[in-house]
Order: sequence, then structure tokens, then C-alpha cells
Amino acid sequence: MELLTPDFGLVFWMVICFTAVLFILGKYGWPVIVGMINKRSDEIEESILKANEANARLAGTNAETERLLAEAKNERLELLKEASKQKDQIIADAKAEAAKKAQDLLDKAKEDIQLERDNAIKEIRTQVAELSVSIAEKVVREKLTGDKAGLDMINKLLDEVNIAKS
Amino acid sequence: MNLFSKIITILMILFAPLVAQANEHQESEGEGKVDVKELVFGHIGDSYSWHIIGDIAIPLPCIVYGQNGLDVFMSSKLGHGGHYTEYNGYTIAAEGQPNAGKIVEVSTGERPWDISITKNVLFLFISSGLMLWIFLSISKRYKEDYWRKPEGKQAFLEPLIVMIEKDVIEPCVGKNVEKFSPFLLTVFFFIMINNYLGLIPIFGSNLTGNIACTMVLAVFTFLVTNFKGGTKHYWLEMVNPEVPLWLKLPIPLMPLIEIIGMFTKPIALCIRLFANMLAGHVMQLVLIGLIFIFSINVGIGSGAYGVSILSCALVIFMTLLECLVCFIQAYVFTTLSALFIGLAQVEPHEEHK
Repeated sequence: MELLTPDFGLVFWMVICFTAVLFILGKYGWPVIVGMINKRSDEIEESILKANEANARLAGTNAETERLLAEAKNERLELLKEASKQKDQIIADAKAEAAKKAQDLLDKAKEDIQLERDNAIKEIRTQVAELSVSIAEKVVREKLTGDKAGLDMINKLLDEVNIAKS
Repeated sequence: MNLFSKIITILMILFAPLVAQANEHQESEGEGKVDVKELVFGHIGDSYSWHIIGDIAIPLPCIVYGQNGLDVFMSSKLGHGGHYTEYNGYTIAAEGQPNAGKIVEVSTGERPWDISITKNVLFLFISSGLMLWIFLSISKRYKEDYWRKPEGKQAFLEPLIVMIEKDVIEPCVGKNVEKFSPFLLTVFFFIMINNYLGLIPIFGSNLTGNIACTMVLAVFTFLVTNFKGGTKHYWLEMVNPEVPLWLKLPIPLMPLIEIIGMFTKPIALCIRLFANMLAGHVMQLVLIGLIFIFSINVGIGSGAYGVSILSCALVIFMTLLECLVCFIQAYVFTTLSALFIGLAQVEPHEEHK
């Protein structure tokens, strides 16, 4: 029976000690410990989430860079193509122009030559005509003494001259 | 194998005092029997001195308040080893008398108000100090570097704290967890530390196997459950439960059951812890005592050796079992306290709002 009767002294000290431990730990122990454990686990979770997010963002950035790079390469290629096309064009144009100019010059030269030749021929003709006339005059002055045969010959000669002139 | 032999050696060293004590009894009583009952009760009960080994006992201060007012003296003044002397009108009542083993007044034989620092009180102080030191030092570390990985005491205790907090207190208490978790955590670690201290033989305390200790713990649970946790609805349910009228009138059957239940819950807590811890200690002591009973009755011989080996094996088994029980009992006490608190925090059902 002695075992089942609580001893006053022990109850007394038990109440004091337990209350003290409960009060002190309840104030300075448990709230700090439990609070900090919770805070730490929250922070770990948060940090992992953030790290994942950052990784995802980094991967996104890499893809973006790659895309931009590819785009730039394409653009460069296109520009080069365009440039070479333009160069060809310019060269072709220049060539065409040059050819055209040369042709023009040639034509003009030909024309000039033709003109000069015509003029020369005209000149020659007039001179030849004049010469012929003078020659004829001289011939006529000697032989043209009124015979008929002389007159006919003159007419004939004139006709020939006219035909040749026309 | 190495670890096993180490454990055995440690256990043998730890149990040495009991063996020595038993031997002492054997010698003092000559060819007589070993008083196993006294051995067992001497251990599980309380005493005014801290008996360490053989004749060595540390006297502890006695504080009594009797007819002559307050008196403080060392227990060695009252004699030791079963031969008590008188001091200042006080003595320790002998075996067979009322209040046996307690300080009584010589003139009347009555008990004075006795708040002596007995063996159990000493261990109460030791365990309280240990708890404060352990938890305040780890809380300091949490406060300073909460993000650091736990080390030492902190690493050892954090899983336990988290387990009790998250797996026991939070699901059982439900609402207002932060209001009750300090109490429940204190209860858990207080019981656990004292249980394990009780397992260390030279210390030989049996605080949680003492009804005074478990009663105080149960009273605390009772007070916290009913007065800190009990909602208005809880008290209303107590007096006027939602049951058919004939269960309440003319005989208030249900209210009576509810009110009795309010008291039986903590009483069950108190008795469960007390009986479990007491039984463990008694079992170990009886198994050890068996060795001496056999060696005296049968004589030192092969039979006695056989019994010794068997007893030692059983004691090792019991000690390991006790290691488990120490934790389980602390866990059960905390879980049930948390449940009672959770039950006390009832709110009116939806349809009554």
C-alpha cells in the first residue's frame, strides 16, 4: 500500500520542479526550437523552389541566346547573298551601259564617216563636173564651129553629165 | 561480437551494486535467506539517503516541519543501514510500524510535514537540471544559427522533437498547437529522461515509477486539458450532452459518465506510467534476486550457475525491453494527453451555429 500513497514531499518538489521546467522551457526553449525548426524547413523548401526556378530561367536564357545567334547567322548569310547579288547587278549594269555607249560612239562615228564621205563625194562630183565643163568648154571652143555634128555631140555629152549627176 | 561483449561488460558493471547489496544481506543474515522483498522494495521505494554500493550511501538533507518548527539536518543524523537513531525528536519508523521507513516524530509517531530531499527528489532535481541544460543549450544554438545542420545533442534530439511535434501533437491537438506544444514536449522529455535515468543502476532512481510523480504529471494534464483547452462547448457537452432525453432525465446518466470520464482519463495516465515503470524495475530486480535465492537454497553448484546465466540473460533481455518501454511510455503519455486536449477543444457542430 505504501507504493500507492503519494508522498507529500515528493509531490511538493515535483510540482515546483515541473512547473519551473515547464515555465522556463515553455518560454525560452520550445517556442525557439520548434519555431526555428519550422523556419528552417520552410526556408529549405523555399530555397529549393527558388533554385529550380532559377535553373529553369537559366535554361530559358540559353535557348534564347542560341536562337538569337542562329538568327544573326541567318541574317548575315542573307546580307552576304544580297550583297553579292547587288554586286553582280552593278557589274552587269555597268557592262551594259559601257556596251551601249561604245555602240553609240560607233554609230555616231559611222554616221560621221558616212556624212564626210557623202560630202567628199559631192565635192568631188562638183569638181569633176566643173572640170568636165571646162574641159568640154575647151573642146567645144575648138570644134564648135557650127556644124551639126558638133551640136549633137554637145547634147549627148550634156545628157550624160545630167544622168551621171542625178 | 565486440559490441556484444562490451554491452555485457557494461551491464555487469552496472548491476554490480545490486549484487553487492544482495551479498551484503547474505552476509549480515548469515546462513539465512536473502530478503529479496526488501531488496526490491528498497530499490523501487524512496529513501532518505542515496545508497550507492555496499555500505556506501550518500546522506541527503532532510527538511521537516513538525511540532518544533522547521528542522533541517542530514539524513546521516538518523543513522543508516536499518539502525535508526533519534535526532531532534525525529526518527525513521522501523519496519512493521505505521509509516515505516519515513521520518516520524518520536513523541507521537505522527508524520511531520516532510519535504526532505530524498533520493527521488534528488533525481528530480538532476533530471530537471539536465533538461534545462540540454534544451536551453540547443535552443541557444537554434537561435544563433538555425540554418546550420544539427550537431551533437541537437542532432540527437531534433528528430525526436520533430516526431513529437509533427506526428503526435499536431494531429492530436488540432487547433492551437503552439499553445499546448510546450507543455506536451516538456511532459514527453521529462518522462523519457527520468525513465532512462531510472535504468542506470547506480543512480537507482525510480521517479517515474513513483505514484507521486505520475500523479503530479496527470494532474498537470488534467488542468491543462480542462482549463486551458476546454472550450465553452466542452463544458456544455459535459453537463448537457447531445443524447436522447431519457439518458439525461430523470437520472443524469450521461452527464455523470462524462464527468467521471473527465477524472478517469488522467487517473489512467497516472496509473499506466507508474505501473509500467514499476513493473520493469521489479522484474529486473526479481530476476537478479533469483540468483541469490537459488545459490543459497541449492548451494553454490552447477545448478546455481545455470540459474545465474539464465537470470543474467533474462535481465539483459529485460533491460533492453525497458529501453523500449521507457520511450513507449513517454510517447503514450504524451499522445494521450494530446488527445485529451484535442477532445477538450470541441466546437459546436455546424448545424447548431
